Amino acid sequence: MDAVVSFGTCPERYRHWRLDLEGDLAWLRLDVQEDGGLVPGYELKLNTYDLGVDIELYDATQRLRFEHPEVRVVVVTGTEGLFSAGANIHMLARSSHPWKVNFCKFTNETRCAMEDASAHSGQVYVAAVNGPAAGGGYELALACERILLVDDNSTAVSLPEAPLLGVLPGTGGLTRLVDKRHVRRDLADAFVTTPEGVRGARAVHWGLVDEVIPRHDFEKLVGERARELGAPSRRPRDAEGVALTPLEREVSPDAVVYQHVRADLDRQGRTATITVRGPEGDVPESLERIHALGAAFWPLAMTRELEDLILHLRTNEAEIGTWVVKTRGQIEGALAFERVIARHSSSDWLVNEVRHYFKRVLKRLDVTSRSLVALIEPGSCFAGALLELALACDRQYMLDGVLEDDEAGEEGEAARIVVSESNFGAFPMANGLTRLGARFFGHEEREEAARQRLNQPLSAEEALELGLVTFTPDDLDWEEEVRIALEERASLSPDALTGMEANLRFVGPETMETKIFGRLSAWQNWVFSRDNAAGPEGALRRYGTGQWPAFDRRRT
Amino acid sequence: MTATIDYTERIPNNVDLASDRRLQRALEAWQPRFLQWWQDMGPALPTRDVYLRTAVSVGHEGWAHFGHVPLPDYRWGIFLAERDSDRVAAFGAHKGEPVWQAVPGEHRADLQRLIVVQGDTEPASVEQQRHLGSTAPSLYDLRNLFQVNVEEGRHLWAMVYLLHAHFARAGREEAEALLERSSGSQDAPRILGAFNEPTPDWLSFFMFTYFTDRDGKYQLGTLRESAFDPLSRTCEFMLKEEAHHMFVGTTGIDRVVRRTAQLMVENDAEDIREWGGIPLDMVQRYLNFHYSVSLDLFGSEMSTNVANYYTAGLKGRWREEQRGDDHILADAVSTVEVVADDQIVEVEAPALVALNQDLRDEYVADCRNGLNRWNRILEEAGIDIRLALPHHGFNRRVGAFAGHHISPSGKVIGAEEWERSAPGWLPTEEDRAYVASLMQPVLEPGRIASWIAPPTKGINGQPFEYEYVHLA
Ligand SMILES: [Fe+2]
Ligand SMILES: [Fe+2]
Repeated sequence: MDAVVSFGTCPERYRHWRLDLEGDLAWLRLDVQEDGGLVPGYELKLNTYDLGVDIELYDATQRLRFEHPEVRVVVVTGTEGLFSAGANIHMLARSSHPWKVNFCKFTNETRCAMEDASAHSGQVYVAAVNGPAAGGGYELALACERILLVDDNSTAVSLPEAPLLGVLPGTGGLTRLVDKRHVRRDLADAFVTTPEGVRGARAVHWGLVDEVIPRHDFEKLVGERARELGAPSRRPRDAEGVALTPLEREVSPDAVVYQHVRADLDRQGRTATITVRGPEGDVPESLERIHALGAAFWPLAMTRELEDLILHLRTNEAEIGTWVVKTRGQIEGALAFERVIARHSSSDWLVNEVRHYFKRVLKRLDVTSRSLVALIEPGSCFAGALLELALACDRQYMLDGVLEDDEAGEEGEAARIVVSESNFGAFPMANGLTRLGARFFGHEEREEAARQRLNQPLSAEEALELGLVTFTPDDLDWEEEVRIALEERASLSPDALTGMEANLRFVGPETMETKIFGRLSAWQNWVFSRDNAAGPEGALRRYGTGQWPAFDRRRT
Repeated sequence: MTATIDYTERIPNNVDLASDRRLQRALEAWQPRFLQWWQDMGPALPTRDVYLRTAVSVGHEGWAHFGHVPLPDYRWGIFLAERDSDRVAAFGAHKGEPVWQAVPGEHRADLQRLIVVQGDTEPASVEQQRHLGSTAPSLYDLRNLFQVNVEEGRHLWAMVYLLHAHFARAGREEAEALLERSSGSQDAPRILGAFNEPTPDWLSFFMFTYFTDRDGKYQLGTLRESAFDPLSRTCEFMLKEEAHHMFVGTTGIDRVVRRTAQLMVENDAEDIREWGGIPLDMVQRYLNFHYSVSLDLFGSEMSTNVANYYTAGLKGRWREEQRGDDHILADAVSTVEVVADDQIVEVEAPALVALNQDLRDEYVADCRNGLNRWNRILEEAGIDIRLALPHHGFNRRVGAFAGHHISPSGKVIGAEEWERSAPGWLPTEEDRAYVASLMQPVLEPGRIASWIAPPTKGINGQPFEYEYVHLA
């Protein structure tokens, strides 16, 4: 598992998916190439997937949103009588625990992104279950807004993880059954313990699928149903998409460098310093210009780079346990991004996509199992949308004043942060709260106090007073304070930190999404680390060997 | 920065104070509070000036300067022993690695705690001894008291320096708190028990400087081994001064014993109270008390904290480098004492968790030297009675013996027997009242109180009659 995993791809390079466009309808067909596993050692039989398959799915969902404004419905289906048998068991059985967890996180994020497209892009996902949908296969269908099941008297949907593998339907399965599809809990219980699953009318009756479609004419009828679902969409009919051109990045042992984003790795300190550069020059505020710039439009370019970096570090740099987040640039430039969003995101499809994309990337930060520390220094531009980067962190250190031996010297300006309108709703977290709302949970008056200072540059002292930053060392303390804090953090148990951070980050209400990333994932990860699943005689390892798993029968 | 103050002039140092802005700020904010503390909690007896030793450098030759100084003008310096740039960690998981010049974040909390606990003892003893000046047995002794006091103040500085220089905001807050606690306070007492006990009289003072300062010596000795080099070098230099404090204790008890012996021989009596002396059994009871209270400062015989400190390289053993083992002790075993079924028995324990006992044993051996010395004085005077260290389990409130009654000879006894016998073992109200009655100030040059012999020589080549202190 040591080869570097890259998240960049494009439809021409897909090995497992086919994207067929028919005007406002897109067909996304899973056709997994058996010998196309991301790493050697397993075959992707029966349309099972691994991370490589899911990277392509994620790429497709992104391109459909940005490159295909005309697409209003996406039909996810399989090929030749196969929908999907879910995540590949042999891949899971031979994967390390961190790999499994990271794999599940990414697949969960992709499914949430599909729901996000249905909800916020007017691009509705429909599952056309043309053949058996088992485990992760059915979970993929659950991420769609409608599930259409072929009525052939044999095709079933099933979640056989517990009975067959001794693990959970952890890619949202358990949560979506009851929270999204409102399947009665006793029926859900029966369903997830019945390895052969449920088919036909009973599947409709239990609420597991929305409709059964006769086998003959399946595609035609699915197309018709899908178009009906897409009809209310407000996506433009005649707009031109924005091509997501390949990202340029340079990866060296100690750095990952993009145009607007970079990470510098301190392997000994197990720390990555992520620097996001604000826009250079003026941010174009006319819509024509924004569309003409396309993927070069700074907010979009920066967001893509940041996302790629997050995925890269998560998957390939597991030992880098602390991410230090910095920004560089003009506060005014960063705020211009703001104004574009405020002005156009409800009317222009592209600006709307950019906003929701940045929202999703921030959510990726929220669920990243790394310690996140924002360093707010002179020359930074934590303003408005970029302030969200700091607010997503576990702590914020803001330098009070300037560093005397800095090049800028004492003439340099001290750091400022700016709270703007977009901090109050443009980028909600998975729990539905804004990051400010989560920060000041139970103290609405403090959120209100921050709102009173809207668009005003705030000094370290003011930011501290308002509770927007954690500590504000001055130049005499800065270096030592930050160094000690980072070293101290890096010395703590990585597991304790992961659990601690995940708990503190998500204050307040639960949503389906927080349950998936919190409750379901935590239970799944617990199961993954138990011998009953992952031990040499565990169900996951014994699956397909003809031997029974040996369980430690004590309930925990 | 406002008006430049030449700190180097006011505060002798070898830490490049003149160019260290962080430290300068520390001085600005902290020094006034320190002086206020000295005013409020330092020596209560008004004086004009005192013949004091001031540390002015760290070299072997002439590190100290002698002269009469008004106490508030004492130049509390900041000194670290000279740096050995090849020094490597001598023990623990980091053994053989270069020592640290900055605090590793991983060990911040533990190092800070060690420094705070050490730092807390320094002003505590000044507070405990605040009122002793008014009952000094001679100007010579008064001067020694003040010398110990200013040096404890300097030790506080030394620890505060480390907190300010290496622990940023958290360190500054801890430095503040060092002045907010005070010895014996109901609300904010000093951290360690022995430093909240009053030092009501000069016999207690000599016992304190012999036994309790000696604990300080051993604690500093373990911190001198630390892989955190600034701490190591600070403690190294403090040990020089600590030696003088113990000299005050050793010779103070010498002189009490000598005077007692003299009165016993002259009057052929054991109870010499009517001639204004302190009977030997009373000396023994004071000794029992101060020794046992000081042993508590070593902490529990079994301690996982101290094991962690050792493995992390923060706190070593006494004379670590002279030990003939692997200096890691991962598998080493030693024995510790526990009380089981009314018996003191030895059990095996990992050497790492038994390090407090290791240090305590070193200390106990060192304490015996004083006993030998005082008994030699008795022997030379032709007296058969001998002073003795009680068993280390006697009168303990901390560690394996806490909660048990152990006689001075090391027998586990019942509560009833303890109640009955304690008045013979520990200072009684009557003892304390008698000692207090002896505490009449003798402040004319060349004169001395009835209960103590004059010293054999003065300070820095000055005669005993020298006017060491000018009273206000
Ligand atoms: Fe001291
Ligand atoms: Fe001392």
